[in-house]
Amino acid sequence: MSLKLCSEALSGCSGCEMSLLNTGGGSLSLFDKFEILHMPILMDHKYLGCNGGDGGIHIPKAGVGLISGGIRNEQHLKIAEEMRRQCDIIIAFGTCAAYGGIPAMMNLFEDKDLFRRYYRTAEATDSSLNPTQVIPPFLERTFALDEMIAVDFFIPGCPPHPDSITAALESIVQGKSLELPLLSVCDSCPAKREGKGSVNKIRRFVRNARYQPDRPVSEMRCLLEQGYLCMGPVTLAGCAGMNGGPPRCIDVRVPCRGCHGPVRKGGNQLMDILNALASNGIDTKNLPDRLSSLRFSGAHGRLNWRFAKA
Amino acid sequence: MRETVAESGCASVREITIEPVTRIEGHARIGISLDENGNVAEARVHIMSMRGFEKFIEGRAAEEVPGIVTRICGICPWQHHLAANKAVDGCFGIEVPPAGRLLRELTQVLAHISDKVLHFFFLAGPDFLVDSQQYETRNIMGIARQAPELAKRVIQMRYRAQMMLEKFAGRSIHPDAIVPGGFSKPMSRRERDELHAGAVEQLEFARFALDFAREHVFSRFNAEFLKLGEINTGFLGMVNGEDGGLSLSDGILRLMHPDGSFQEFSSREYTDFIGEHIEPWTYAKFPYARGWGEGFSMDLDAPRGIYRTNCLARINVADFIPTPVAQAELLEFRSLFGRPAQSTMLYHWARLIELLYTCEKVIELLEDPRITDNYIRSDAVPKAGRGVGCVEAPRGTLIHDYSTDENGFITRANLIVGTTHNLAPINMSVNCVARDLIKDGQVTEEALNRIEMAMRAYDP
Repeated sequence: MSLKLCSEALSGCSGCEMSLLNTGGGSLSLFDKFEILHMPILMDHKYLGCNGGDGGIHIPKAGVGLISGGIRNEQHLKIAEEMRRQCDIIIAFGTCAAYGGIPAMMNLFEDKDLFRRYYRTAEATDSSLNPTQVIPPFLERTFALDEMIAVDFFIPGCPPHPDSITAALESIVQGKSLELPLLSVCDSCPAKREGKGSVNKIRRFVRNARYQPDRPVSEMRCLLEQGYLCMGPVTLAGCAGMNGGPPRCIDVRVPCRGCHGPVRKGGNQLMDILNALASNGIDTKNLPDRLSSLRFSGAHGRLNWRFAKA
Repeated sequence: MRETVAESGCASVREITIEPVTRIEGHARIGISLDENGNVAEARVHIMSMRGFEKFIEGRAAEEVPGIVTRICGICPWQHHLAANKAVDGCFGIEVPPAGRLLRELTQVLAHISDKVLHFFFLAGPDFLVDSQQYETRNIMGIARQAPELAKRVIQMRYRAQMMLEKFAGRSIHPDAIVPGGFSKPMSRRERDELHAGAVEQLEFARFALDFAREHVFSRFNAEFLKLGEINTGFLGMVNGEDGGLSLSDGILRLMHPDGSFQEFSSREYTDFIGEHIEPWTYAKFPYARGWGEGFSMDLDAPRGIYRTNCLARINVADFIPTPVAQAELLEFRSLFGRPAQSTMLYHWARLIELLYTCEKVIELLEDPRITDNYIRSDAVPKAGRGVGCVEAPRGTLIHDYSTDENGFITRANLIVGTTHNLAPINMSVNCVARDLIKDGQVTEEALNRIEMAMRAYDP
């Protein structure tokens, strides 16, 4: 007998849903294990409404509720609250739901500046007042899911690897708890560590790292040691799934940017990377655009336009 | 009885809401208002959310932006990835070495494949392929139960196309491998051979897909069905600047009038030709052909400035498709439907013709001996500049327009995302179907799904 599942996507991009479709060699096993009652990207269950316009959001009862994306506007909040009411277990699916994700970078700016840019000063745009009819108003910033509703489990990743999704869903279905190992990307990275070397200033990634083209990534020197900002030390391990593959960006010789979120649930990726760099003697004063270290984890009040301006 | 819609009023139905619009990407609501006779007075597609990428990439180091803007879309991240990199190349004044260009084009075109398979079979397909029109089964799960072998093959082929990217470029979703100046790592001969085998398999599947569709789906496209959501518009797409053939990566933009005549311009000049109109009932803006000098109107009888993008537009504007199997299909298509073809339902056919092209193009790129060259990236020095990066995303012409300061930080960005060019046409198609199918206050579930089908054809 299959478990009932509802899925919603809020302020995200559907990448988590695409990764879900990549589970089990392509999602057929997903359809066997779960009876999907509501999942707008794949099937036609609609919200019922009472008044035809700004109507209620009605989602069927289910054992599992998967929510991707953060909460940006009033409708996202209503959907999240309805999912919480109707689903026994709520899973924050992906980095946006867990930490705010890339859309939470908007917390660096005031909405009035967004609207001015978008509706009045953008090239090619016929200047206009802000749209306000029918569409849901913005909340004061982008929130992670657990800032607004109680969340039972987190599957971080941008997107989470299909294997991680499968393992998480299986644990949940078997009634086990889901513990994410407190390991960083560095713990699963095969790159060679030789010690700090002579790096004392961060390089921007405007030229490729040094590596032998036909040699494996395990023979490439650690990118942080090469002087690039790599968020590996302050990012949760597991982006390549459960089978021990190298972190996915490192595998293509590109530094990690932290899309799997902080190592600990409450971790601050900016504070943590500044500490990691400083303790290796790297001058963090010249770190270009330091707030970008929070590009994946800008909810929970971490990114705020008030101190971005300071 | 199960209600699919929200209805207000007790005796007479006045407002009909379809929400969420399903089997699309993103959040949309269709709102239909009826007059006192129960006929459609207005039908609108409300885009319910907006994240603000153009604003929050201000102040970012330009070389970081291509790894941020992938998150605009988890179905087409490679398109934003490449367009952003091209824009940064423009700001920093970088020339990409040949192997870098080949790897970029390869990954971007390869990414089209799984997107098209997803759309035709998972998203739109259930409207055509599932026998029972109960909403519970009108989806990929319903296809899996009704035709398990087909579903298995389709699911597997989409997965394999994604895994080709995953294996070579680290990630299929939200990549990092395209970088300002080129690509992050070269392709080995072994990788090239594996990808080649995978591409040959994809091409075989693409041929199957079009043959299957012709037999089971397009055979039912009679004259009446082809009128579903049909509107008369112009078309925008990229073509090869030298010969006018279809191109998805590099080229010039061709903007065609409904009568088939066209203008061409480089993507850098887009603001001379494309304007963006705003309505108070949707967050998204409406690109329109400002260059035609006729303004903007979505009136079904007298549209102004309206053009479409995405696969039907691309095969309309291109003089030919430069790969043989797809070109043969295009010739057949044109013999049946002319040029430009206006029927919205033909997007599904055009999509499968383009699927053939993308598979053939991937093979062609992999057979270029320069693609395994080790010199894949030119170094860059951050500086002040402006760059416009343009590619054809599956949903349409994608433009990333960035400016940088002397430290190479973004000062200003303007994005026109592929699907938005179709927002005005989608509104018109939805209006058109609603008016045809809802009369005298009679609303059926089938009519409402047909209204969504008119939107779905655009793969929004």
